[in-house]
Amino acid sequence: MSARALSAAPVTAAEAELTLQPPAAPLLVAEQVTLRYGRLTAVDSVDLRILPGARHALIGPNGAGKSSLFSVLSGAVRATSGRIGFAGDDVSSAGEAERARRGLVRTYQHSTLFLGLSVVDNVRVAVERRAGHPLRPWPSRADRRLASEARDRLDQVGLGSRAEDPVSALSHGERRQLEVAVVLACEPRLVLFDEPTAGMSAAETQRFAEVVESLPEDMATVIVEHDLDVVFRLADRISVLAAGRLIAEGTPEQVRADERVREAYLGVDRSDDPLFGGQG
Amino acid sequence: MKRWLPMLGGIAVLLVLAALPLLLTAYPVSVASRILAFALLVVSVDLLTGLTGLPSLGQIAYFGVGAYTAGLVGIHWTSNLVVQLGCGVAVALVVAAVTGALAVRTSGVVFLMVTLAIGELTHRVADGMTLVGASNGLAGIPGPTLLPGGEPIVLVGYLYWWVLAVSVLGFTAAVIVSRSPLGRSMRAVRESPTRLAAVGQRGYAVKLVAYAFAGALAGAAGTAWAVQARFVSPGDIAFSVSALALLSVVLGGAGTLWGPVLGAAVVVLVRDWLSGYLDGHGELVLGLLFVVAVFLLPRGIAGARAWRPAVAPPSAPHSLGSIA
Amino acid sequence: MGWLDANLISLLNGVALAGLLFLVAVGLSLVFGTMDVLNLAHGAVSLLGAYLGVALLDPGHGLGAYALAALVAMVCGVAAGLLLTVLTQGVRDHLRQALLTLGVALVAADLLREAFGADVRSVPPPALLDGSVDLAGQTYPTYRLWVIGASTVVGLVLYVLLERTQMGAVVRATVADRAMVEALGIRTSWVLGGVFGLGAGLASLGGLMASPVLGAQPGLDNTVLLLALVVVVIGGLGSIRGAVLGALLVGEVQTLGVSLLPEQASFLLFGAMALVLLVRPAGLLPSAFSPAVTAR
Repeated sequence: MSARALSAAPVTAAEAELTLQPPAAPLLVAEQVTLRYGRLTAVDSVDLRILPGARHALIGPNGAGKSSLFSVLSGAVRATSGRIGFAGDDVSSAGEAERARRGLVRTYQHSTLFLGLSVVDNVRVAVERRAGHPLRPWPSRADRRLASEARDRLDQVGLGSRAEDPVSALSHGERRQLEVAVVLACEPRLVLFDEPTAGMSAAETQRFAEVVESLPEDMATVIVEHDLDVVFRLADRISVLAAGRLIAEGTPEQVRADERVREAYLGVDRSDDPLFGGQG
Repeated sequence: MKRWLPMLGGIAVLLVLAALPLLLTAYPVSVASRILAFALLVVSVDLLTGLTGLPSLGQIAYFGVGAYTAGLVGIHWTSNLVVQLGCGVAVALVVAAVTGALAVRTSGVVFLMVTLAIGELTHRVADGMTLVGASNGLAGIPGPTLLPGGEPIVLVGYLYWWVLAVSVLGFTAAVIVSRSPLGRSMRAVRESPTRLAAVGQRGYAVKLVAYAFAGALAGAAGTAWAVQARFVSPGDIAFSVSALALLSVVLGGAGTLWGPVLGAAVVVLVRDWLSGYLDGHGELVLGLLFVVAVFLLPRGIAGARAWRPAVAPPSAPHSLGSIA
Repeated sequence: MGWLDANLISLLNGVALAGLLFLVAVGLSLVFGTMDVLNLAHGAVSLLGAYLGVALLDPGHGLGAYALAALVAMVCGVAAGLLLTVLTQGVRDHLRQALLTLGVALVAADLLREAFGADVRSVPPPALLDGSVDLAGQTYPTYRLWVIGASTVVGLVLYVLLERTQMGAVVRATVADRAMVEALGIRTSWVLGGVFGLGAGLASLGGLMASPVLGAQPGLDNTVLLLALVVVVIGGLGSIRGAVLGALLVGEVQTLGVSLLPEQASFLLFGAMALVLLVRPAGLLPSAFSPAVTAR
C-alpha cells in the first residue's frame, strides 16, 4: 500500500468529485451574545461567524464593547446570554483555560505577561503546556527540546537576542511582540488580538503586520484595532461595533462605503475624509 | 567557573554541617538539629509563598501532622526512622491534598487567612486530643533505630546526622522541583494567573500539586523534629511558630529557597541560642533585626547586594492583592 | 425561656467580650481596609493599654482615675499608631509590612515583660463599678455591663464620625480613590495617619478596659491579635458594621460556645473562620469601597 493510497486527500478530479468537501464550517460562532453589567449593556445581541483561516477585524469607536466582546469570546467573562461555539462544540460554559486548550487564545490590551520570569521562560510556559508536562516535578532531557522551540519562537518575532532578559527590561513594543510569541507557542487555531499595535512605533507596527501576514493559513485571526491602516492591510472581513451592537459587517470596501459606519465614527457625512471618503 | 560557584559553595556548607558533631558539644548540636528541622519547614513555606505566590501560615499544620505521626508510629508500631519518616510524609501529603483542595481555591490575603485557620485548627486539635497527649504533648517516644532490629540511636550527634540527611534530601527535592516544569508553572501562577489560563493551564491544578508537595516536605520536617526531641508538644505548632516561619522566608528572601534557610537559622539562633547570652531578651533582638532588615534588606538576605553577581534575585513578592 | 435563664450569663459575657474585641478589631479593620496595611503590632498596642491599667489603676480607684487612665491609654495608642504609620510609609509589600510590624510587636512585648514581669497581673475595676447587678434573678458583674455600654457608645460615635462628618467623608473618599483626594489638595498621608492613630488608640483603650476582666500577661498580645484577625476576617474589612458583627460572633462562640460545647469549642472558632472565608472571601459585611471588594 503506497503512502498516497493511505492519504485521505482526493488525488484525481474524479475522486475530488466523489469526496465533495462540504462548505467550510465556521470555527468560531457567537450567537446573540449579550453582556450586561447591572444596567450597563456592554455587548448587545452580537452575532459573529469566523471561518478557519479567516483574517477578521473588529473595529468601532471607543467604548463600543470590542474588548468586552473579546473577553466573552475568550472565556474571561461569562456572557449574560447567548451561545459561543468553537470548532463545533458549545464552549459557552467553558473557562478560559479550556478554551485556550481547544485552540482559542487571545492577547490583552495591556500586555499580560509573566513579569518576574525571563523572556524565554514566558514562551517556555506556553510550549510546555502544549507539548510537555507542565506539572512534572523534575527536570528531564525533553525540557531542552522544548526550551529550544521557545527560543525559535522568540527569533520569529525578533526577540531572540533578549531571551535571558527579565521582561521588565523590554520596551512596550517588545512586550507586545513577546505576547504574540507566547500566544503563537500555543499553536492556536484562532487568535484574538486585542489592540496589538496600541503604543507601538511605526516600525514596530510594520513588524507586527508582517508577523500576522506570515501566520499559517489555517490559523484564523480576529484583530481589534484602532489603526485603520493595519486593519485594511490585514483583514479580509471587518465587523463594526458601536455601543455594543454590531452595525455592519463585510469586506473592507463594503465597510468603507457603509453610511452607518461613517456615522458611528465621524458623526457626520464627510466624503472628503481620507479613510472613508472617495468611495461614494 | 562562575556557574560552579553555587555548587561548590553548597558542598562546602554541607561538609561543615556534617562535621558539626565532631566540632561542637551536645547542646549546640541539638540546637543545630532544631535549626535544620525548622529550616526544612521554612523551605516548604517558601515553595508556596515565594515560588507560587501563595503566602502561607498553615504549613505548621502539616509539620505537626508529620511530627505526631512519627511519634505515634514510634510508640505504637516501630522505632525505625525510615518507617517513621515515610509514614509522616505520607499522612502529611494526604492531609495537605485534602485541605489544599479547598484552600487553593483562594489566593492572596484570603489564602493567608485560610491557612492561618488551618494552622490554628491543627494546633487546637492537637491541644485537645488525648491520643496525642493533649496539652501535655506526646512523650515516651522510644529511641529511634535505623536498621531493623538495631540498637536505638540516642547520641545527639547521630540523631543530628539523620536530621541533616532528611533536611538535605528535602532541600534537594525542593530545588529539583524549582527547576522542573512544575516549578516554572508555579512561578507562572505567581506572576500572572490570567496569562497562565490564557495559555491553557488551570492555575488550580498547579497550586494544588504545589500545595501537596509542600505539605509533604513540611511533614518530613516534622518527623525530623520529633526524632531530635523525642517529644512533640502543641506548643511546637502554635501560631507564633507559624508566623516566625513565614517571616523567616521574608527575612531570607522569598523565592530563593536557600535564603529562607539562612533566615530560619538566624531566627532560631537569635531567639533560642543567643537569648541565653542576652539575659533572655532574644525576642527583643529578633524584633529589632526584623525592623532593620525591612529597610536594609528589601529583598531579604538572598537579595543583598553582595550576592547579586552570582545569583539573580527573583522579583520581590507582590502585595497580597485584593480579596478576590 | 428556661434556656435563656440557664445561658443568660454566658450570653452577656459574649456581648461583653464582643465589646472589647470590637474596640481592638475595629482599628485593625479600618487600617487594613482603608490603608491596605497588614498591622501585626495591633495586639501589642492592646497589651500596652492593659499594662497601663496595671500601672495606673490602684484598688478602689475612682472614676476620675479611670477616666485619666483611659485618656493616657488613648494618647499612647495614638502615638504608637503614628509611629507605625511613619515606619510603614514606604513599605508596600504586605509580607514586608508583616515583618516590620511583627518586629515592632516583639520589641514592645519584650520591653513590657521587662517592665512588668512575666507573671499574670490583675487590674481592679473602679470602686463604683466593682459590684454586681441583679439581672432576671441572677447576679452579673457591673463592670461587664459598663464594658457593653461603653463599647456601644464608642461604636456609635465612630459610626457618626465616619458616616456623617466631613472628616469621615474624606476618609471614605480616600479609601475609594486616593489619587482623586490627593488631587483635591488633601494630604492623604495625614488622613491615613489619622486612621492608623485612631485605630491604635482604640486598641489601647480596649486593652485598658479589658484589663479588669482579662488581666495583663506576656502572650496576651498574641491571643488578642489572633482573635482580632478572626473578627476582621469574619466581619469584613474596612467597615464598622462588619467589626460589630464579627466581634459579636467571635465573642459568643468563645463564651456561649464554650459553655454549650466545651469539647468542640476550640475549633469551632477557626472552623467558622475557614468556612466564612471559603464562602464569602471578603467577609460578611465588608465596606463597599474597600480596595478588597472593588478590585476584581
